[in-house]
Amino acid sequence: MSALAHVGGAGPAAQAPPTRRRSLLPYLLLAPGLLWLAVFFVVPALTLVSTSLFSGSLEAGYVLTWEFGNYPLAWSQYAEQLGRSFLYAGLATALALLIGYPLAYTIAFKAGRWRNVLLILVIAPFYTSFLIRTLAWKIILSDNGAVVEWLERLGVLQVLSVVGLTAPDRVLATPLAVVTGLTYNFLPFMVLPLYASLERLDPRLVEAAGDLYASPFTAFRRVTFPLSLPGVVAGTLLTFIPAAGDYINAQLLGSLPATAMVGTVIDALFLRVRDYPLAAALSVTLMVVVVSLVAAYVRRAGTEELV
Amino acid sequence: MTTATGDLRLLRVTKRFADTVAVDDLTLTVQQGSFFALLGPSGCGKTTTLRMVAGLEEPTTGRISIGDTDITDTKPYRRPVNTVFQSYALFPHLDIFENVAFGLRRRKVRDVDTQVTQMLELVELAGYARRKPHQLSGGQQQRVAVARALVNHPGVLLLDEPLGALDLKLRRQMQRELKRIQTDVGITFVHVTHDQEEAMTMADTVAVMNHGRIEQIGSPVDLYEHPATTFVANFLGQSNLVDGRVVDRDGDLAVVDVQGHRLGVPTERVHAAGDAVHLGVRPEKVAIQVAADGPDTSGCNSVPGVVLDSSFIGVSTEYLVRLPWAQTVSVVAQNITRDPRLVPGCDVVLTWDRGHTFALDAAQAIDDGVERLAAV
Repeated sequence: MSALAHVGGAGPAAQAPPTRRRSLLPYLLLAPGLLWLAVFFVVPALTLVSTSLFSGSLEAGYVLTWEFGNYPLAWSQYAEQLGRSFLYAGLATALALLIGYPLAYTIAFKAGRWRNVLLILVIAPFYTSFLIRTLAWKIILSDNGAVVEWLERLGVLQVLSVVGLTAPDRVLATPLAVVTGLTYNFLPFMVLPLYASLERLDPRLVEAAGDLYASPFTAFRRVTFPLSLPGVVAGTLLTFIPAAGDYINAQLLGSLPATAMVGTVIDALFLRVRDYPLAAALSVTLMVVVVSLVAAYVRRAGTEELV
Repeated sequence: MTTATGDLRLLRVTKRFADTVAVDDLTLTVQQGSFFALLGPSGCGKTTTLRMVAGLEEPTTGRISIGDTDITDTKPYRRPVNTVFQSYALFPHLDIFENVAFGLRRRKVRDVDTQVTQMLELVELAGYARRKPHQLSGGQQQRVAVARALVNHPGVLLLDEPLGALDLKLRRQMQRELKRIQTDVGITFVHVTHDQEEAMTMADTVAVMNHGRIEQIGSPVDLYEHPATTFVANFLGQSNLVDGRVVDRDGDLAVVDVQGHRLGVPTERVHAAGDAVHLGVRPEKVAIQVAADGPDTSGCNSVPGVVLDSSFIGVSTEYLVRLPWAQTVSVVAQNITRDPRLVPGCDVVLTWDRGHTFALDAAQAIDDGVERLAAV
């Protein structure tokens, strides 16, 4: 902190005494990173915020008029899509955790020499484009495909349609399809941090729990799971944040406007309607909500207390 | 959970891993309330034996029981056995209090608070209840590990090299501490170690293990004074062993010919099937005298030699003496009166009591159990 004061108070670096020049070194080393952040985060964020306060029209041009009214307008018009985004992202995150935890656990503790192969398989989908993979799910979930046929036969579809997740006879173009797509696309971001924290766990701690009268299930609940919480927090964040802003799955696997998420709306407002202020106001809203949710969550999970 | 108490018994227990036999047909009884040490070099099967008692490994064949209860097929979390792990394995996310309370909470015992507090007092960590394990020193963590196991009042407490990670001074202190706790609580302790000094200072009974088998069981004094195999003779302290042949087994005393020297050994201390033996004596039992003085050698064993080297250790001096057949033996003499003539090159006579001599079967390697530099 005192070094910061030096920098602030110092004149041109060339005139500064040697001790001050030395204290500049950390900042020089930080410079590339700070510059990167400034160019690719601070400037775009400020531009976005200022755009959200523009008014005007596409024909007449937009100018900064500090039009805060864009925000209430965006919230009242797109509250439904905002809510849907967090609902779908939340569902996808929960599903990814349910699928990802056993998978990461198996890779970390049971896979033996297959461990690396399985890890590569988790990452392998990244070698194909996000768009192509999402389109592939269109075929997997198609109306006359095997998945839908079996879900229908087993009565799962009928049950899920009561909750409103699917139609009685189809999955595609329903909320379930969007949630499935989100889960699929962000699963690796769940598995990898989970794996990293489970792999670090000393198996002797589980043995010790067993030695102290904990059944395998209790040992998992009292030792393994609490110690893997940093991975759970990292995984859920890495899944939830991009899922909340996603606009591909709702478009390709869902049916607009019924399954539209906030990302879809922002995409449409920016690129088709060209209502930049409203799009920017929605983007800023999404950003603020996600950051607040994450902050509350991390504080609650108290990850720094874990180690 | 089974609440069996009584002697711990292993009956013909064998454990095979893939193609190696870690524990080979082991039969063992550990008396209730005793401090029992399993001593041996790394890889001798002592830890595997311990893990089988804890239930962390399953014996390939054989039975394990405590008192009248067979626990061979009992799940580890149902056994009346607790372990102090080599790495302590304290739960990093729980504080000291909850670490110690872990076993009690799993068994839904009442008055957890009182018991944990008492146990923390016993290991002298009363003020540390709310610290996390990583905030404690190695010695303190070790005591938490002991408290966490002991608070459950197990039928048997297993200690897997629990002092291995501590420095020498702390180790000595913890040895006394553990011995005190064991005497206080009266629980059977089974202590696994490769440190012969640790085993001898702490245990009532020591079992020396080698290659998955027990070489010899007995009190520390018994093992030291009456080794039955070359492994025990060399692994527990040091021994001078020379090759010889039994030429006479008359009455209580056998006579062994060693390179023309006739040396006596009590017949009860001859552990050999045939006549070929390794004749042994501990270095501190041998007296070293200058040959020119013409010392009296009647009634005891004696051989001539030449001093090769002497090293002053403080309480004692160790002499390396070369025997006429070019073998080197070691003599440890207390520094009561030091003869200044005992320098390298001096002709000496080594004498020792026949009763201190032992004879071991020559079918065994003479250097079995000698700690090699590479292993240190």
